[in-house]
Amino acid sequence: MTARASNADEDLRTNRVQSSFYAVQECLRSALASIRAHGLRSFLTMLGIIIGVASVICVIALVQGLSQSISQQFQGLGSNTLTLRAETPFEDQLRGKRNRLKVSDLDQLKFRIEGIKNVTPVVFASSRGGADVRNGSNIAAGQMFGTTESYQEVQQTFPKYGRFLTESDDVTRRRVVVLGEQMRRDLKLPENPVGRFIQIGSEWFKVVGTMEPRGEMFGLSQDNYLLMPYQTALAVTGVVIQPDLWVIFSVTDLNAMENIKDRVASLIRQLHQIKPGKPDDFKIEASDTLAKSFKEISTTITLVVAGIVGISLLVGGVGIMNIMLVSVTERTREIGIAKALGAPRQFILMQFLIEAMVLAVIGGLIGIVLGYALGFGIAKMIPNFPDPTVPWWAVVGACTFSGLIGIIFGILPASKAANLAPIDALRYE
Amino acid sequence: MITLEGVGKTYRLGETDFAALMDINLRINRNEYVALTGASGSGKSTMMNVLGCLDTPTVGRYTLDGEAVAGLDEDALASVRNRKIGFVFQNFYLRARASALDNVAQPLIYRGISPAQRNARAREALTRVGLEHRLMHKPNELSGGQRQRVAIARALVGRPELLLADEPTGNLDSKTAVEIMELFSELHRDGLTLVVVTHEPDVAAHCHRVVRLHDGRISEDRTQTPVTPASVAA
Repeated sequence: MTARASNADEDLRTNRVQSSFYAVQECLRSALASIRAHGLRSFLTMLGIIIGVASVICVIALVQGLSQSISQQFQGLGSNTLTLRAETPFEDQLRGKRNRLKVSDLDQLKFRIEGIKNVTPVVFASSRGGADVRNGSNIAAGQMFGTTESYQEVQQTFPKYGRFLTESDDVTRRRVVVLGEQMRRDLKLPENPVGRFIQIGSEWFKVVGTMEPRGEMFGLSQDNYLLMPYQTALAVTGVVIQPDLWVIFSVTDLNAMENIKDRVASLIRQLHQIKPGKPDDFKIEASDTLAKSFKEISTTITLVVAGIVGISLLVGGVGIMNIMLVSVTERTREIGIAKALGAPRQFILMQFLIEAMVLAVIGGLIGIVLGYALGFGIAKMIPNFPDPTVPWWAVVGACTFSGLIGIIFGILPASKAANLAPIDALRYE
Repeated sequence: MITLEGVGKTYRLGETDFAALMDINLRINRNEYVALTGASGSGKSTMMNVLGCLDTPTVGRYTLDGEAVAGLDEDALASVRNRKIGFVFQNFYLRARASALDNVAQPLIYRGISPAQRNARAREALTRVGLEHRLMHKPNELSGGQRQRVAIARALVGRPELLLADEPTGNLDSKTAVEIMELFSELHRDGLTLVVVTHEPDVAAHCHRVVRLHDGRISEDRTQTPVTPASVAA
């Protein structure tokens, strides 16, 4: 008997943390064994979770891929720039009134507000009824802007060949242009077209440079434009007195952006003599406004889809609960044996909870892979669609959520198993 | 080691109470080898459930190895079963998908013993019943006698105070049954306390003491000289 007593002591020597670790390990092992033993049934059980997770991952991957590629494109525009443009209320527009910024506003902006790095005016250079851009018989239709040297600093876009517009170009109203990549291609000009002449309307312009390509957004080229000196544009279009100009400026300190925005607004109100309480006749936009609003839309889509899919995951959870209940009934004898051999209630409870959770998590993992593959396939089928990206939070979220579903819907079957009386369970046929 | 004092068990069957056990007083000492016999319906299964802590008596006191067992909650009873009792069932009750080794190691899981230790002790127990060459076989790859040996190894692996066998030879042919009973005799010789529930006189003949139940009461309690392979041969 002494030998037996010492053996009992040896059993007690393993500490509690270790024993619960061994218990969880054993539960995982038996869960996997049981899932493998009923392969097809387990798969069908998981199907609800798989479909739910796959669809949410697919949508998130597509939306995230899209919004990521868009924000990348916007990054090129510089997130520290603001655009000041005139704004006319709709009623006033109907009356034929047009608010305009004044050239003097530009100078005031430059000299009276600290923290502004570069200011550049921009004006449409094709206001006189859409003049064509021509190179011999090749015609291109793009946007034409008049601007100044600091445009490249503000927009963070630089020439690829040749040079940008200079201050002397502006002062002397030189007839020179810098082409966007798409415009150059449309005009069938060589890769480096510096020194060539093109025709805008009836005027001849010398090409002094081409800009770095910016790529496409929503399938639209961002390179279908040309730039000419600001003063040249005014002279060509003939609207010297009240040009419809807008001003792009960059701030030195990104954190001071809102502050500078407010100061610019109050300065312009003062210059335009707008009385307190009257609406602004201008608008200040951050260059990433579009990106931001797209992000908002994509977040909304993601949330709505997540909500819908949440419901389908609940349905998947009910499926798991159903099969787990069947499984508990089938394994009544096995539970009885475990209880006869001394398994505590908690252990049986944990065993079935872990099994439900493992089922759900495996379903979730399959769903993630499937969803990504699906998203990738869809993105490849739509031309110019960016590659999908699955953010880590979606993966973690999908796993956690399916695990939670497993636990929540596993509680009922597991407690049913744990509460079986040992003799009844043993006698069950 | 086992003391039952005034133990009774009543079941509720519809409107009426059915007394499966009445006023049982029984003492079983350490290293006794007892057969619990009786016709079907005599209460021997209920007795086995009570002795095995699978069920609690309605009245009376039950002391097992110095521990008052009656009135313990379910988890406490599970712990008593795990530490002090080894079960051998008529239908073996092995897990079909698990190997012999895993089946035998199962009771040790609930003690929080490491897998390595569990396997070592399960191997030891299987060697004790002569199945050291069948460790990885599944129950359906074993003969009836081998299955029952696995079940016995599982009962022994926790080093229990009491081995409770419920019709251990009921599903075995007579030759295998004799082998199993011989194994029991060996275990008895090694110092184990055994209670065998059986309705077969042949099985009861191997025991040193026979307790007969009739209508829920002890009708006979006698000691006897057991048959041994030697006496059969003679």
